[in-house]
Amino acid sequence: MTALPPFQTVLDEHRGDVYRYLTASVGPADADDCFQETCLAALRAYPRLRHADHLRAWLFRIAEHKAVDVHRARMRRELPSDELPERGAEDPGRAGQSGLFEEVRLLPHKQRAAVVLRCVLDTPYSELAHALDCSEPAARRSVHEGLTKLREGAHRWMTSSAT
Amino acid sequence: MDDLERDLKAQTLPSEPPQETLAGVTERAEREGLVDVAYATVDSPMGELLLAATPTGLARVAYPVNGHDAVLADLARRLSPRVLEAPARLEQARRELDEYFEGRRQEFELPLDLSLTRGFSRRVLDATAAIGFGEQLTYRDVARVAGSERAVRAAGNALGANPVPVVVPCHRVLRSGGGLGGYTGGLENKRFLLGLEGLTI
Repeated sequence: MTALPPFQTVLDEHRGDVYRYLTASVGPADADDCFQETCLAALRAYPRLRHADHLRAWLFRIAEHKAVDVHRARMRRELPSDELPERGAEDPGRAGQSGLFEEVRLLPHKQRAAVVLRCVLDTPYSELAHALDCSEPAARRSVHEGLTKLREGAHRWMTSSAT
Repeated sequence: MDDLERDLKAQTLPSEPPQETLAGVTERAEREGLVDVAYATVDSPMGELLLAATPTGLARVAYPVNGHDAVLADLARRLSPRVLEAPARLEQARRELDEYFEGRRQEFELPLDLSLTRGFSRRVLDATAAIGFGEQLTYRDVARVAGSERAVRAAGNALGANPVPVVVPCHRVLRSGGGLGGYTGGLENKRFLLGLEGLTI
């Protein structure tokens, strides 16, 4: 059994990936707060870990919980309103580069997480399974389903803008 | 890989969280009492020192030759894995060490946490902590004060494993004939510290 490394080492090694994951998953406006919440939750739980395996996947799992929190809070904010949410209005200035991620953020949570981890961060399927807390075939399915939904969305968008 | 997958890979994302976001993590962790071991690296005439403190006090001073990464891994194993670079907690230690190296301080006042040592080793360190600036004892002396005059070798080992050199001044312990003996930070540094206190060997 490997001993737990100093938390700072874990953070230094993976903070870039965790931050990218959150930026893609919740958008740049909420990424910083979400990143801090992730680090604090990880630090709280860290001494209770029984081994030092899959620390990156463990961090992604915590980050995903925090990302879901952000999405739920947004839904609560949007519910009372009759107006349609204004897509693309949340991050002015960065809208151009994040257009595709806005589509990704509309996916069901598990598919969103799977697509970001696999297609954006190149996470191996074995690690993806740990991060999503499911089997490897289930992780592959989530990626596939997410990508299929994104393709359908892109197709719809292209045909509707062509008319 | 199709266009969609290529597009996903091509999206620009920040490579690192901003400095203030990281600083916020440290600050909030400290405030919530989640940092069991805070550490900082500070410059000194003997190279970069690693300082680490628990909420109780300074627990570790390490020389470059000790290997800072190895020391942090050891602290994670022996004290707690909640080890974070949080320099604010080491501010008093840094200041007092600076003053000592500049010749403006002869005694340290900062709180210590000697929980890394126990038993005879701990008593050897207590005896050593009482040696004043510019004074010296022999290994036999500290062994005696620690309660076992014959345990000279054990006293030497305890001093070699001193977790807080400089602050607990193990450099003030010499061999009976006046020889330097050993030093956790290398003999060069022992000589430097004794020189700082007016003794040339």
